[in-house]
Amino acid sequence: MAARRVNQTLIYLVLIIASILYLLPVYVVLVTSLKSNAAVSLAHMWNLPAHPGLSSIRAAWAQLSQNFGNSFYLAIPATLLSSALGAINGYALSKWRFRGANALFFVILMGLFIPYQSVLIPLLRVMDTIGLYNSIPGLIIVHTVYGIPITTLIFRNFYANIPDDVLEAAKIDGTGYWGIFRYVILPLSVSGFVVSAIWQFTQIWNNFLFAVSLTNPPNQPVTVALVNIAGSQTIQWNVQMASALLVSIPTLVVYIVLGKYFVRGLLAGAVKG
Amino acid sequence: MAGVRLSHVTRRFGNVVAVDDVNLEINDREFLVLLGPSGCGKTTTLRMIAGLEELSEGNIYIGDHDVSQLPPKDRDIAMVFQNYALYPHMTVYENMAFGLKLHKTPKDEIDKRVKEAAEILGLAPFLKRRPKELSGGQRQRVALGRAIVREPKVFLMDEPLSNLDAKLRTQTRVELKRLHQRLGATIVYVTHDQTEAMTMGTRIVVMKDGVVQQVDTPEGIYRRPVNQFVATFVGTPPMNLISATLTSEQGRFVAQVAGQKVALPEFLTPGLKSMTAEAMTLGIRPENIQLLAESDVPAGHLPVAGVVRVIEPLGHEQMVYCQVGDNTVVVRMDNTWRGQVDDNVVLAMESDALNAFDPVTERSLLTHETPMLA
Ligand SMILES: Nc1ncnc2c1ncn2[C@@H]1O[C@H](COP(=O)(O)OP(=O)(O)O)[C@@H](O)[C@H]1O
Ligand SMILES: [Mg+2]
Repeated sequence: MAARRVNQTLIYLVLIIASILYLLPVYVVLVTSLKSNAAVSLAHMWNLPAHPGLSSIRAAWAQLSQNFGNSFYLAIPATLLSSALGAINGYALSKWRFRGANALFFVILMGLFIPYQSVLIPLLRVMDTIGLYNSIPGLIIVHTVYGIPITTLIFRNFYANIPDDVLEAAKIDGTGYWGIFRYVILPLSVSGFVVSAIWQFTQIWNNFLFAVSLTNPPNQPVTVALVNIAGSQTIQWNVQMASALLVSIPTLVVYIVLGKYFVRGLLAGAVKG
Repeated sequence: MAGVRLSHVTRRFGNVVAVDDVNLEINDREFLVLLGPSGCGKTTTLRMIAGLEELSEGNIYIGDHDVSQLPPKDRDIAMVFQNYALYPHMTVYENMAFGLKLHKTPKDEIDKRVKEAAEILGLAPFLKRRPKELSGGQRQRVALGRAIVREPKVFLMDEPLSNLDAKLRTQTRVELKRLHQRLGATIVYVTHDQTEAMTMGTRIVVMKDGVVQQVDTPEGIYRRPVNQFVATFVGTPPMNLISATLTSEQGRFVAQVAGQKVALPEFLTPGLKSMTAEAMTLGIRPENIQLLAESDVPAGHLPVAGVVRVIEPLGHEQMVYCQVGDNTVVVRMDNTWRGQVDDNVVLAMESDALNAFDPVTERSLLTHETPMLA
């Protein structure tokens, strides 16, 4: 008993130290973004703001609002599209084990291991040729395509848990490939979509490489704009921290909102309980 | 409703022949049971009738239509799965209505049928629940209900009771039988449980290693098994198999069992004539033997001497394991019988109930003309 308590205390201690280390930079970002530019100095960076205000956040928003729009316009469709394609792929690969399904899955998975840098130049040429260079729709396509391997993996593993005989029951009840997908698979996919959406939204929102390579102002997503702020004449630390704070909010919201729907056990009762 | 015909149906998985040249005629309104040990190909056969499994060879007809190439939805069948396979996201009502909706049945007709089925199955109070909020027995009923509302030509059921506890299983067995009579439906029912087969089937198909062994009424399967496999697979305890040596005296066949002569009944003669070797196997069920004093053996019974080895009291009856030469013979006696281990006893075998097998082929030596029982 005693040994167990000591053990637990130790674990908590380690966890608390780790989270403090992790949260320290966040703390600096937070306090700095609430300070005025004059109040920012290396000497006082750990202090709480003497006169907290939203001026730097307002300034950051003024510079970033359009890029925010771009990022939403990019991340939402790309997340939905890549998740939808992943669901369809996962369904086909896990539930209709056609000849060569495993080989095909392997090939799709290889997509996970392609370093983005290695495809940048061909990608640029392709986008240019099809007239989508320097446009958000172009970025949507790129992120959708590069999202397919991971979303396919997520949904294939997720669907492996849906018993085959539920699908067979639907076949006997009178529906086929798409009917089963529409009436049985999709309604059971909520948790799969939550996982896929959280992952994809975060990846796409935070992506810098594709964004900086394929778009120019004013079509750039917010990640690129953020770096541009840092690169301007004199560095306004408070505005920069405020921007970073703003940019991180959407992914945070996605986690908080969608995490709530991260329900398990929807399948309980499909098979013998 | 319609009959089903399987003609030379074969299914191979790689090198495994799961179902081997099965020919079956399932009559309209029949409750046909596919019985056999695990892995004998029952499920595969059923799934081929359903259209969930492709045929390697042969044809399947429902009514007059060759459905071999049709997808399940065009076969007008309904299936009850071993694990129920309910739609977890739908309510009980929606589970039952789903198939009808897909077939574009009018809403009020769907409602009528679902409520009717729910009434028959005692599901009326649960229509708004999801499967996970139901007990095993209730889920099983929903699976049945989903099949009933479809009013299909044929019901296919794959061990639908195997996930229920013993008491519920007995109860549902009776209800299924009643349901069959009420619906006048053609049912193909798969089980490895001989009690289910014997109690519900109008006919039983015994399978082993993908091959049909015998198709017969429960009584025929029980009393006149076509081979030693069927003889021992059906019945608890199984039919006694007693090795004997065949001789003939004055034109009659006599079996030597552990040095004792047993004059075999006339009806075995035609079959025994085909025997070339001396070795044979006698088969007799435990309830067709009585333990008696030598002087009490009535007419129509064949006595052999043995020794009591184990007595297993079961309350309403007792199983008495006797040793006859090298054979162990089980005798079913009622609970009034009094005897001791190591008693010398006479086993009086009902001669009409005797079966005979060729020990090499394990086939029955009874011919088609053999009467069921006097
Ligand atoms: N999809 C499959 N792939 C390979 N072998 C299978 C498949 N389905 C069944 N089998 C084999 O076919 C044989 C019969 O199986 P099955 O019809 O399920 O038997 P039962 O229902 O009588 O227990 C078994 O040996 C089983 O291993
Ligand atoms: Mg089976």
